[in-house]
Amino acid sequence: MSLDAWQELFERLDRSRLRTGLTMFSVAWGILMLVMLLAAGRGLENNVRWQFRDDAINSIWLWPGRTAVPWEGHPVGRALSFDNDDIDAIRAMPDVGALTGRFRIWDDFAISWGDRRGDFSVRAVHPDHQVLEGTVITSGRYIDDLDLAEKRKVAVIGDEVSSQLFRGEDPIGERIAIGGITYTVVGVFFDDGGPGETELIYVPITTAQLAYGGGRRVHQIMFTVGDMTVAQSEALTDQVRGQLARAHDFDPDDARALRVRNNLEQFQQVNQMFEWIGAFVWVVGVGTVLAGAVGVSNILLVSVKERTAELGLRKAIGATPGSLVAMVLQEAVVLTSVAGYAGLVLGVALVEIVAASLPENEYVRDPSVDLGVLGAAVVLLVVLGTLAGLVPALRAASIDPINALRDG
Amino acid sequence: MIRLEKLNKSYPMADAPVHVLRDLDLFVAEGEYAAIMGSSGSGKSTLLNVLGLLDRYDSGSYTLGDTLIRDVSEREAARLRNQYIGFVFQSFHLLPFKTATENVALPLYYAGVPRRRRNELALQMLERVGLRERADHLPNQLSGGQKQRVAIARALVTKPRLVLADEPTGALDSQTSNDIMDLLASVNADGMTVLVVTHEHDVAAKMRRVIHLVDGRIASDRIQVPS
Ligand SMILES: Nc1ncnc2c1ncn2[C@@H]1O[C@H](COP(=O)(O)OP(=O)(O)OP(=O)(O)O)[C@@H](O)[C@H]1O
Ligand SMILES: [Mg+2]
Repeated sequence: MSLDAWQELFERLDRSRLRTGLTMFSVAWGILMLVMLLAAGRGLENNVRWQFRDDAINSIWLWPGRTAVPWEGHPVGRALSFDNDDIDAIRAMPDVGALTGRFRIWDDFAISWGDRRGDFSVRAVHPDHQVLEGTVITSGRYIDDLDLAEKRKVAVIGDEVSSQLFRGEDPIGERIAIGGITYTVVGVFFDDGGPGETELIYVPITTAQLAYGGGRRVHQIMFTVGDMTVAQSEALTDQVRGQLARAHDFDPDDARALRVRNNLEQFQQVNQMFEWIGAFVWVVGVGTVLAGAVGVSNILLVSVKERTAELGLRKAIGATPGSLVAMVLQEAVVLTSVAGYAGLVLGVALVEIVAASLPENEYVRDPSVDLGVLGAAVVLLVVLGTLAGLVPALRAASIDPINALRDG
Repeated sequence: MIRLEKLNKSYPMADAPVHVLRDLDLFVAEGEYAAIMGSSGSGKSTLLNVLGLLDRYDSGSYTLGDTLIRDVSEREAARLRNQYIGFVFQSFHLLPFKTATENVALPLYYAGVPRRRRNELALQMLERVGLRERADHLPNQLSGGQKQRVAIARALVTKPRLVLADEPTGALDSQTSNDIMDLLASVNADGMTVLVVTHEHDVAAKMRRVIHLVDGRIASDRIQVPS
């Protein structure tokens, strides 16, 4: 585009300032809305991902239930329980990743260090529990296989426990009492899962089974499944279900006998929901932007119509149809991209401000717009601008100078 | 300059096509100064539009200079108009938001002349039509006669070989008409071929040739001594 073309364009825009302003506003508004919607969608998504953050997403959790279907002479309503053999059997299955049991200590034990006391939950687990729960060791170590084999009385305490009992002193190597039994603290951990997840003490499952009369009992089993698809994870779940049904004599189709939570499936569902929300946002956003582009197309049509005589004259004195097409397209592209860019900048700025001043809440987290999306939006604008200009441009090019210049 | 042979032009209409130009034979030599007259609807404007490459014809032939005008693309027609033909209209058709200079310079823009040179040439042309001091005026700051002078300057600025004027004095009083016709006569004196469509006998009387159209045919074609 020559300097002259630009100058003509600016003069023209200046002459129809109000109309130009309103049209540009509608395009800018469209893009602004698109940016805000995308950021809001991203904020919702971030929030849900954040809620999933501390546990392994690819995990399957199992609890024993009560039978609800008669099976080989056994009555219904029979309470089931897991034991160490189940752990071993599942560990032996291919594709099972990290695996842990949990043994719950029901008694409300007082927990003390010297004369300081506190009220904390205790989980008796296998070493792989660290992977499943996303536990981060901040000092010392986690529970290991040797602890289990030797039924050592060792404990890994949450940093909340550490600060309440030890108040800044180094807890490693100190001895704490859990229900009258003394454990040596070997590690301190942090967990993303919120304050409740660090007011916890982990001990070896074998130690707890022995110390608190659990025998070989296991209250809950959790394992990871690698990078399986949901379908694969469901197949594996069925296999595990079959194994447990054989071991404990219940109908493998009895959903009440064995309670299963497949996090992969849940995560997938949430993901799917966000794909829908994302698609919805695009449809609404692009619709808004499209409305802006249609607006541009419209005012250019009006403008071409108003300028029929001018365009006819230009043709008579030597303007080619191509030069008129270029003139109108230039206007369309400039209008949409300048307005769109303004909307984009404004939108991003607004998102930044909102993100910075947003209080911690349950619904959105870190609303943001990524550069790829912004790039796509800019390309979309130029394409839309061109499309918006096409109809009026062709109309301009097809003006018949004789009609346009008819006297009187 | 212009050669028409058995040229026919009709407008397709719903019931029957309107046959506007019928078997026209016409030769206009380089440097001629001719009036085209005829009653309303006789086809004067249509003829001028065909000559000015603004309209197509159905049959026969039209040769402009050495170029046979047949099936020329719009783009090519635009280029030929820009290079060879200047138009003057009854109602001037100046762009209202452009100054006299800018209006005059516009054809040069489409000829691809650089801006500085455009302005120089436009000012020269305004000088030529006696409006040098109105160069920065907008059309609505000019009288009818002045507007037509600007329009003539615009028609001349690309140094065309043919100037086509459709009732250039139709909107002007008789004194102003005289001035405009004197200007066109001087343009012709510079060597340009000038064709003027007019109703007015006073106007036609100043020209060296008068072509009379009746119902799309040439009824008479006289050479005369300008008054
Ligand atoms: N676009 C068109 N469609 C149909 N008929 C047309 C069209 N343009 C002109 N005509 C007809 O062609 C005939 C010649 O029109 P033209 O404009 O050439 O007349 P004219 O001699 O210039 O008349 P005037 O002196 O009134 O300007 C008229 O009958 C007119 O109605
Ligand atoms: Mg006419």
